[in-house]
Amino acid sequence: MKIKLKVWRQKNRDTPGQFKTYDSPELNEHMSFLEMLDVINEDLANKGEEPIAFDHDCREGICGTCSCVINGKPHGPNRGVATCQTYMRSFKDGDTIVVEPWRAKAFPIIKDLVVDRTAFDRIQHAGGYISVRTGAAPDANAILVPKKDADLAMDAAQCIGCGACVAACKNASAMLFVAAKVSHLGLLPQGQPEREKRVLAMVKQMDEEGFGACTATGSCQAVCPKEISIAFIARMNHDYGKALLKGDPHAAPGQAG
Amino acid sequence: MAVLNSNIPPGPLAEKWEQYKFNTKLINPANKRKYKVIVVGAGLAGASAAATLAELGYEVHNFVFHDSPRRAHSVAAQGGINAAKNYPNDGDSVYRLFYDTIKGGDFRSREANVYRLAEVSLNIIDQCVAQGVPFAREYGGFLDNRSFGGAQVSRTFYARGQTGQQLLIGAYSALNKMIGAHAVKSYTHAEMLDLVVVNGHAKGIIVRHLETGAITRHNADAIVLATGGYGNVYNLSTLARNSNATAIWRAYKRGACFANPCYTQIHPTCIPVSGDYQSKLTLMSESLRNDGRVWVPKKKEDCKKRPRDIPEADRDYYLERMYAAFGNLAPRDVSSRAAKQVCDEGRGIGPSGLGVYLDFADAIQRLGEGKVRERYGNLFAMYHEITNEDAYHTPMRIYPAVHYTMGGLWVDYNLMSNLPGLFVLGEANFSDHGANRLGASALMQGLADGYFVIPATISAYLASQNPGQRPPVEHDAFRAAEADVQAIITKLMNSKGKHTPTSFHRRLGKIMWDHCGMARTKAGLEAGIKHIIALRDEYWREVNVLGAANDWNQALELANRVADYLELGELMCRDALHREESCGAHFREEYQYTTADPEVQNGLVNVGDVKRRDDVFAYVAGWEYPGTTEKAPVLNKEPLVYEAAHMSTRSYKV
Amino acid sequence: MSGIFKSSLGKKYLMAGTGVVLLSFVVGHLIGNLQVFGPPELINRYAYFLHSKPALLWSARIGLLAALVIHVSTAARLTMENRAARPIGYAGGVAFGSTWQSRHMFLSGAVILAFVAYHLAHFTWRLPAVNGLGDFTKLQTVLDGKTVPDVYGMMILGFQVWWVVLLYLIAQVLLLAHLSHGIASAFFSLGLRNHVWAPHLQRAGLALSVALFLGFVSIPAAIFTRVIGADYAEKTRMELRAATQFEAALVRGKEAR
Repeated sequence: MKIKLKVWRQKNRDTPGQFKTYDSPELNEHMSFLEMLDVINEDLANKGEEPIAFDHDCREGICGTCSCVINGKPHGPNRGVATCQTYMRSFKDGDTIVVEPWRAKAFPIIKDLVVDRTAFDRIQHAGGYISVRTGAAPDANAILVPKKDADLAMDAAQCIGCGACVAACKNASAMLFVAAKVSHLGLLPQGQPEREKRVLAMVKQMDEEGFGACTATGSCQAVCPKEISIAFIARMNHDYGKALLKGDPHAAPGQAG
Repeated sequence: MAVLNSNIPPGPLAEKWEQYKFNTKLINPANKRKYKVIVVGAGLAGASAAATLAELGYEVHNFVFHDSPRRAHSVAAQGGINAAKNYPNDGDSVYRLFYDTIKGGDFRSREANVYRLAEVSLNIIDQCVAQGVPFAREYGGFLDNRSFGGAQVSRTFYARGQTGQQLLIGAYSALNKMIGAHAVKSYTHAEMLDLVVVNGHAKGIIVRHLETGAITRHNADAIVLATGGYGNVYNLSTLARNSNATAIWRAYKRGACFANPCYTQIHPTCIPVSGDYQSKLTLMSESLRNDGRVWVPKKKEDCKKRPRDIPEADRDYYLERMYAAFGNLAPRDVSSRAAKQVCDEGRGIGPSGLGVYLDFADAIQRLGEGKVRERYGNLFAMYHEITNEDAYHTPMRIYPAVHYTMGGLWVDYNLMSNLPGLFVLGEANFSDHGANRLGASALMQGLADGYFVIPATISAYLASQNPGQRPPVEHDAFRAAEADVQAIITKLMNSKGKHTPTSFHRRLGKIMWDHCGMARTKAGLEAGIKHIIALRDEYWREVNVLGAANDWNQALELANRVADYLELGELMCRDALHREESCGAHFREEYQYTTADPEVQNGLVNVGDVKRRDDVFAYVAGWEYPGTTEKAPVLNKEPLVYEAAHMSTRSYKV
Repeated sequence: MSGIFKSSLGKKYLMAGTGVVLLSFVVGHLIGNLQVFGPPELINRYAYFLHSKPALLWSARIGLLAALVIHVSTAARLTMENRAARPIGYAGGVAFGSTWQSRHMFLSGAVILAFVAYHLAHFTWRLPAVNGLGDFTKLQTVLDGKTVPDVYGMMILGFQVWWVVLLYLIAQVLLLAHLSHGIASAFFSLGLRNHVWAPHLQRAGLALSVALFLGFVSIPAAIFTRVIGADYAEKTRMELRAATQFEAALVRGKEAR
């Protein structure tokens, strides 16, 4: 099979980008989408043209590095998979495939299809953890966790941090990501002492990064490679409201919330 | 010649670690903050080390080439993590985990390190649970365990099929806490390209920022490398595409010894290669072998038939036939080699003839499709995504693929290399898995090294260094190292050849797989070395790197890494050539059991099983860089002494 | 607590909270209006009752106005922030995983706001310019011996004009769109739903919005199709004409003098 690739090319953060169209060499339907890009890049390099920069690493859907918007949909046409798990059999011979980077103010483009997602890291620096010193932990079975809670926490914890939720949301909102993080820890007994502090701090950082708000359209969960439910957003909304109402009597004035 | 002193503390095996910790010099809290430690990598070992060292009060700088520390390839581990908790009360103990690991490693690992690993495995689970790792639970709220990778006890803790991911998120969250507290400075998109050695001590690194191409110098009182394995020498492997050997290889070229480079684990259950364009091989969790049966047709002519058309009588369930006691659960190296053997006989299946069936028909009949779906649904779905085949109705096709490298930089009991001040953790070092690693042990080692070992052992070294006295980045050694890095980049950018780095990588991978893969021979390895040297020459003449050096340039990144693979591949072949025995994953065709051996006659092993030569090769081979790739590397030996475990023939047959 | 006004989540609480207030008005308003299906005295008595309690009426009006102002201004702020979060949109593809109404809350809200203004002008301020008929303030009737506004007559007469009915219909369709997403979404924003309740709330929200739609649409539909008030319409039309003629005569008389 052969396809036409209409792809976003942008030299760096400061230079405006534009679409360019390339004709692919002969492809195979068993190729992954990223292998198709490899083949096109090899072809471009052999013609002396700079290859298309794209993010990728594990290529098995778990590291969360790959990030292409394919025909307007983050991670391509199939549900519950990342770009690297999208195969060319999902496309037809002769198709024109439009490939773009994640688009969000909080995810500036570094080059071509590569974006800067460090905003996600900063949100987690703000509170995405349980404060436990190495060596201070009690026996692992000392605190029991109902299976139901552990399973739900795991549903949230599966997030691979790819940013597709932001890319898909019409508001470029990071709510699904932050909610998954907040819920993973908030569902476990170990995460209770910092539950309120965590949600306040993480939401504050999320807002500062320039993500939009949630309109509950559900497009985030539709593209999430781990199919994380927006019900976690409601859970975070609940936690945040509770934390706001309770406040912290010992916080310095002006710091609450 | 380097001196490889293992520095194993005295005393009985079970007391060494406690005694060691008590006897190690501590550093007072006021002085700790004057020591700066660089941690390269943020996988399980790197992230846990960086977080814990920062908690202790050291100034920690962490470097990753990823855009975020959370992307390290530990994230991809599926199955689980071992710990000798003995929660199921099925006879496990620290000693049993220790012994299984030593035996699994075919008596080529260091006893004291392995014992310590088994000991701290207990603390790892506690730590991870406290951090919020959502391990699988039973209905009573207690942690669930499963048997994994051929172990006869259930000691594996797991979080669905994403244990590595969850443990990494745990370690990453510990790191986040310390970054948030400004106790760790995190550098992302920052790739280490050289080690700086000052007066024989590791005191800094040279880093290239992947976005801007800026080369920077970073000094420290100690350097910790936790940069993972080097399986991508083979091009096709289950590793992430960007995992690479550059950090450890450049450290090797600065004087750190490289131990047992030829020990490469080939994982038996991966999806077979489908074409030349292939960039990556996907591992299917080993847990599939708990219920799947491995077979190939008895007759070559049947190989192209549809599996359902091959009658039961014409199928060879070769693992069950060869290893009655373990059957389909035989260890990874044994299963992989058996698959190769049947394919070499011409009985391989699939389009390439390099594949065997993993069949769930019996399991579906016994348990029902629902139960099988419940256990392995996500794996079957993944298989379907990749191959477009439905494994509920037709057997999976699997073939071995490069998965893990047991070799790595040589370290002593302190996890310090022969270069003082250079510590190496996790898959990047060689220490704990001998010649073969057991399933669910890599995660255990990474976290053991990072959370519990390095925080205790680094103080022994730092106490010998005056606080605040690390050499400045203006030191000549830094200037020289930066110039060397710059020279390589300039050479690559100026080479106006015709071929991409990718094409060389592919060709090197083929040489390595053919000559230094699952079965090795003297002639094959010698030929491999010749091919690699020739390819390396061609590389520097013919490689073509487009784009600019001061820009985001993935071709340049790869070119740098392939340059190192082209040297490391040769060393792997040399190590495999020198080791004239078979052990664990290292299989030399010249050294295998035959019908003439008494072990075969009395049914302990099969014909074709690995034959160790403990009298000659019971040592760690620590290769030392002679200063140029023109000369052969220098072999240093660390003898392996077993005090508690007795070297015995590793049998999985009875 | 300041987080309620500053944070993205806080603003969503405001949207949800004021939305619930406005929704309760809409429900009450419908119940009141459905009395038009009874004899004319029923709704006229109800209207007179409301107007006879100015304290109650005005506190409700001020409350509603405050809710409306907060709802609209917060929506405007959020929409601006959300648009800023994605400066460059996507070239490829179509929407996925979300409903039209969830993506167009601002649009449906804006149309409803415009309709509210029209509706007030139509029936509350009774501006002759917007009803296509004349001065509704002239419509009066006698109830329990007192002369009171003939609300029934006004409604019957008002919905004899096809384009007025059409305007009301369009507005109701958009209200349906707005509420079919908004009701469930308010529970979502307030964190009052979880994995288990989410589907039920979704259905309940939809059911309520459909009920409101049918209720509101039934009034102009029944009147325009002359199911109710056919005779009364003629009577009222005459009255209005008579009152207008009388007034005109008065004016002419004044001029003549």
